[in-house]
Amino acid sequence: MKGAVPDDIPVVLSAEGPHGPVVHDLNDAARSAGVRRGARVVDMRALCPALQAVPASPRGDAAVLTRLMFWARRWGPYSATDGGDGLVIDTTGAAHLFGGEAVLLSDIEARFATAGLTARVALAPTWGAAWGLARFGPARIVSHDPADLYPLPIAALRLSDETLLLLRRLGLRRVGDLAAIPRLPLMRRFGRAPAWDNPLTRLDQAMGRLAEPIGAPEPPPDFVAQARLAEPVMDPSDWLPGLVQDLAAQMARRDRGCRRLCLSVFRVDGRRRDIRVATAAPSREAGHLLRLFQGRLDELDPGFGFDLIRLAAEATEPLATAQVGLDGNADTALHLSRLIDRLVSRFGADAISRPLPFQSHLPERSETRADALRDDPPPAPRPDRPLRLFDPPEEVRVLYAVPEGPPALFIWRRQQIAVTRHAGPERIAPEWWRDSPGARLRDYFRIEDASGRRLWLYREGLAGDGRGGMPRWFVHGVFA
Amino acid sequence: MSCMSVHVLRPLAPIRRVPDLRAATLAEISCASSLDGAGTGFLLAALPEGPVLWAQDRLTRREAGVPFLPGLGRWLLRADLSRPADVLTAMEDALACPAISAVVGEIWGDPAALDFTATRRLAMRAEAAGRPCWLLRRAGSASASAARMRWRVTAFPSEPAGDDPAAPGDPLWRVELFRSRLSPPGEWLVRHERGEDGTADRLCFSAFAADRTVAEPAAADEGGGSG
Repeated sequence: MKGAVPDDIPVVLSAEGPHGPVVHDLNDAARSAGVRRGARVVDMRALCPALQAVPASPRGDAAVLTRLMFWARRWGPYSATDGGDGLVIDTTGAAHLFGGEAVLLSDIEARFATAGLTARVALAPTWGAAWGLARFGPARIVSHDPADLYPLPIAALRLSDETLLLLRRLGLRRVGDLAAIPRLPLMRRFGRAPAWDNPLTRLDQAMGRLAEPIGAPEPPPDFVAQARLAEPVMDPSDWLPGLVQDLAAQMARRDRGCRRLCLSVFRVDGRRRDIRVATAAPSREAGHLLRLFQGRLDELDPGFGFDLIRLAAEATEPLATAQVGLDGNADTALHLSRLIDRLVSRFGADAISRPLPFQSHLPERSETRADALRDDPPPAPRPDRPLRLFDPPEEVRVLYAVPEGPPALFIWRRQQIAVTRHAGPERIAPEWWRDSPGARLRDYFRIEDASGRRLWLYREGLAGDGRGGMPRWFVHGVFA
Repeated sequence: MSCMSVHVLRPLAPIRRVPDLRAATLAEISCASSLDGAGTGFLLAALPEGPVLWAQDRLTRREAGVPFLPGLGRWLLRADLSRPADVLTAMEDALACPAISAVVGEIWGDPAALDFTATRRLAMRAEAAGRPCWLLRRAGSASASAARMRWRVTAFPSEPAGDDPAAPGDPLWRVELFRSRLSPPGEWLVRHERGEDGTADRLCFSAFAADRTVAEPAAADEGGGSG
């Protein structure tokens, strides 16, 4: 990092080498004074007496680069560090959010400049091409063809110095030279090289012939509590209360509450098992969080036991300290969210829902699942709507049809039902903006049979409406 | 000589004391068939106001349908579970939550999980928590159960509708309390009076005459539910 030192004083960062400190990195003034990377600092002092040497801190550099990597996710969902001085960001489908690819690159450069860093940026279809173009290509290049790499020097292929030297001795100076010669001799020559140092592999990766996915690490959780055990154990339940309390105390210090918790056990046979629970509202109450794991610990499959238990809060939200009422009871919404948490952690999020009315005349679309903690009043009950709905509607076989109105006799699940009274029809047209063009209208009837059972029956379509054969009849609901 | 004429009225079936539907305990309703919404309607009229947990097992959802919000008009927390044992667990969990005003569970048939012990746990939890808990059962036998009130509810031909004699009118339910610890058993014809045309929102219990005619409404409980 530059910063405190003026640009016109030659400065190098020194790292320990086998024969004393060597130049790890240097600034522009030092470069123009003839200092080379990798040379001994004492030799370079002889060359440039004003040279200042500052010890390098590779660990600090890596930490800063990791921090920048998470910051760089503002431009794309996946990012990773690339060597000691690079970042790779997957911006697939994200460039339009910034106004195009060229604007995106300018934005990246400008924001790094604001942070006091000089960035060379390039955008290319593959990781390898972007790497080469950023380091050896023109500034801010947006490339859509990996062949843009061909005029660049062979060093643009991410190879080690030895391999580069060898390639140069073979007379291959540009990437295009390598791409032009037959593959077979190269394959024989570099057959024993590791994949990261094999010119053919690197070329294929840069050209997009070999996949090279970006392994984007997750940011570490803010709140972690862990227990290291001297002996492997099979059951974490004795340690869990302590871990939960530890985590809750950490969150309380920073006024946070967790929405997602992950309990991981690290097995002695080299496997890791996770259990995730979620809460409907941020919480840091140890008793409640502990209860969410009730009945879930069976999923752990301890194998031969585990010797490390880790509890991490994966998602947290601000949560101010709340005042408990004078009667010792917290408010209703809190209790409700606790209940929902317990049910969801036990039965899954799909099983628990709160129906809310939705603006649609079609019965099966007239309610929607909503956030269970919303506080809006229920709709007024409609006497012309059933209490229970069959999902899907059940077709009935008509025995005795009546021209207008519902059938006088029909069969539902092998039972004959004779209609004694009916009301209707109530016509509900298909929603042309959602349904397929062939959807038929429905005529709903409220009917009552001889024993007093009240049903909601509908006829799908009309005879001769040109949308299929004869209309069919369905039972859709049951009235009180 | 004066003579006195005494007109002897035929006594109706004896009116029993009407059970308290808001009792904070476990009650069970047996429904006759999947097409019979009487049990659901009766239960809904008996529920107190406030959020209700409504848990169903998979067979009930498939065979008897799901609660339909526009018809119910209630704040429901639906739990669509797969096994009857899950329904019982969810009901127990919800009984412990002060934000829920009543708990409803629907279980199909006679699963092994729904034994005397399970119902006794539910009954004791409901009584300890002080909120009603209802179990809606279909296609099951009247096996041993610790429910403090056991009802059998079937549909009854409705009253004539006001403007259209051919249309179904306000629902009537034939309600039989066949086992109860809280009040003597009996059989009634129940009408839900909604508080629309000046009448109170209450359940109106009439004695159920043997010839299946409706007697005068003679007893009404004070704690009828709201729809």
